[in-house]
Formats: sequence, C-alpha cells, structure tokens
Amino acid sequence: MANVFLPSTLGALFPGLARQVDVQAETVDQVIGQLEREWPGIRDRLCEPGPTLRSHIHVYVNGERAKLDTPVAEQSRVDVIAAISGG
Amino acid sequence: MPRKVLLIGTRKGAFFLASDDRKTWELHGPFCEGWPVYHVIHDPTSGAVYAAAASEWHGQAVWRSPDLGETWTHSSEGIAYEAESGRKISKVSTLAVSDGRLLVGVEAPGIFESRDDGKTWSLLSTLAGQPGSEAWDDPGNQPPGHLGISALMFDHEDADRFWAIVQGVGLFETTDYAQSWTPRNRGLRADWPREHEEVGFCVHKLVRSPIDDTRMYQQNHVGMHRSDDAGQTWTEITEGLPTEFGFAAATHPHDRDTFYVIPLDPGHGRTMPDGHAAVWRTRDAGSSWQPLDSGLPQRDAYVGVLREAMAVDVDDAHGLYFGTSTGQVFASTDEGNTWAQIADYLPPISSVEVAAFE
Repeated sequence: MANVFLPSTLGALFPGLARQVDVQAETVDQVIGQLEREWPGIRDRLCEPGPTLRSHIHVYVNGERAKLDTPVAEQSRVDVIAAISGG
Repeated sequence: MPRKVLLIGTRKGAFFLASDDRKTWELHGPFCEGWPVYHVIHDPTSGAVYAAAASEWHGQAVWRSPDLGETWTHSSEGIAYEAESGRKISKVSTLAVSDGRLLVGVEAPGIFESRDDGKTWSLLSTLAGQPGSEAWDDPGNQPPGHLGISALMFDHEDADRFWAIVQGVGLFETTDYAQSWTPRNRGLRADWPREHEEVGFCVHKLVRSPIDDTRMYQQNHVGMHRSDDAGQTWTEITEGLPTEFGFAAATHPHDRDTFYVIPLDPGHGRTMPDGHAAVWRTRDAGSSWQPLDSGLPQRDAYVGVLREAMAVDVDDAHGLYFGTSTGQVFASTDEGNTWAQIADYLPPISSVEVAAFE
C-alpha cells in the first residue's frame, strides 16, 4: 500500500478525509482514482481535462516530482502538495 | 418585513449579512473555504444558495447550500471542455437560475447547465458561430478579468429565454434555450475599431425593470444605455453623469424610470471619481441624474464597485445595497437618499445579491 499524504485544503473540501491515507495503486493516476471512489469529486480538485494534474497541484513519489503516469510501488510515499502561491 | 440576507461574494470566500429590520445586520461566514467567489445567488423556489468560485489550486466549482450556509456541497462534475477542444476553464463567473434550470457562465466563454441542483453539469452552449466567436478564445483578445460569460439573465416568465453577456464582445439573446442566439447591441457605442457590425461592444451590466419587460438599462464600458424594446435597440443616456464608465447598476423594483448606477474613473484605477463616493439616480429614464452621497465617504475614498456588486430588495420602501473593492457594504432604505455602512473589513467584494424570507 502506498502512503499518500494530502494537503489540508482537501480535508476542508471533503469532511472526514484524513491527511494520510493508504492506497493500493500502481500509478499516481490510480491513486487519484482510488481516492475518487471514496471521495467523489476529488479528481476534479486535483486534475483538469487531459487529464493532467492542475498546475498548482504538485505530486511527489518518494521525493521525486511525478505526473499522472508515474509508477507507484508498495510502500511508496506519495505527497500531494497544494503549491505555495497566491496571497 | 421579510428577513433579508445579503449574499456577498468576495475574493476570499462568501459571506452573508442578515437582518430583520434592515438596520442591524449580522455577519455570517466566511464560506466556500476562502475560494475566490465571483457570484452568489439564491433560488427562491428551492431555497438553495449557489456560489460560483474558482480556486487557484483546486479549480472551479459551484457550491450549494440548502440551509443558508449551515452546510455546503460543491461540484464541477461536467463543467469542463473536451481536452481535444484545446479550451480550458479558468473560472466560473456568473450564475442564474429559473424553473429548475441552473446555469453557470464560464471563461473560456461558455454556458453549462444543471438540472439536478448543481450536482452534475453539461455544456449548454458556447455561442459557437456567433460573430466574434472565432477570435474570443485568443488570449490576446480577452479583456482584463477574463470573465468569459460575465452575466446571464433569465426572462421573468419564459425559462427558454435568456440573455448572455460575452465580456468585451456584447450582449446576446436566446429565445429557444440556447439553440440559437441573436446579438442585441444595436445602438451601442464603441470607441474602438470593430470587425463585426453586430458585436465588439463592452457590456458591463444588464438590468431589466421587473414591472416593465420592455425596459432595460445597461452600464457599458463607454456609456449608460437604455432600451425600450427589451434590448433590441439601445439609446445612450450618459449625459449628466460624471463619467461614462462603471460596472454596477440596479433598477427600482416599482418604477420603470428610476435606475441607479455607480460611475467610476474610466482609467485603470476604476475607483469612484475624485475619491468621492456616490451612487447616481435617474427618475426619468436617464434624462437627468442626481448624485446620492449622504452617508457615503466624501473624500479620500478610492473604492471600486464591480458589476454584480449592487442589488435591490423589493419591499415597498425598497432597499439598495452595494459592496466595494475595499470590503465595505453600504445600504439605503430611502431610494439612495441616505446611506449607512453595514459591514467593513471584508475581502474585496465581487457580488451582492438579496434573498428575502417571510
């Protein structure tokens, strides 16, 4: 199971969603797909048509910047970051 | 007196101001998790409140509260263009609801509809084929703000009929629920070259008299205009106003000839002229104008008011409200003769609407 760490901004949008969840998946896209099954609508908050990750949503797999097709392995750490920006 | 709730969209979430007497007001919020909120409306049929918002991080969504802010849901399911089209949605700009049809206008220009209270959406129209549409996706042609469809207004009785403003292009009418469109810009002024006779006008705000369906007013980038034939032709009524520029406008709910507007400096500052806050009123359909500034800041008030940020209630002695780019809300209950500040220190305000409850 990959360990997925989510931004606090998502928890506010999906009450009950934990900051850290374990997901069985082989790619970042599948991680988001698993989240979508339990939290309908979360894909739209992370991705835009293409599909591709939203420009200010950054995903890292084991510390490396990832895209939707980046592989995820057992015990991978997946960090989903709402990029620091704005004011 | 019906309880009033002002629905306020701001750059940092939505807020409600509630009052039983229009004298004391209670602030509720912030709602929508601090997302930039472009427009908040109330559906009197269902009782729901809808907010159009677009987060820098999480994209655009329409929020819904069935219980005046106690609980909220949000959805953008279906609010997207096909990836192959190359079009992207940067924001959801404006909302309208009638007869179970909820519409949202977006940028790049398009209109999406929901028939299930905002849970799911589908594309209703992009106004494809209308004059000007061949170029309005070009970022070089888009005016600042990038609102796309900046306003939607339903007919009072016929939900197949509504008007849409394409920012920087003009006003369009459909009478068959967006199957076909007609530009409604005849008589408008434009101080710039235009490629099409029917479009190329910068319509900021459209309002319609609730007691006379033929009477419309619009604040344009260059001038105030009136229509006596439901938008088919327009006559300029700017003379007597301090500037020809502004965004917000409101009609008197019981008098077709009385109309309110907030002129702004037409330069890039777009604040009230000379730092002197005033609403201007005509009682003769634009033949003459009077400034209304009692209770408003008289000096050093460089505030702006955006296109959706003025509203009226429909009481016999109707209320008039506006919100500013610097976070104040002002209210009048005597047709603008005197004003009271009813909120301050809010984020920059993008929209004000009134919901009334018996």
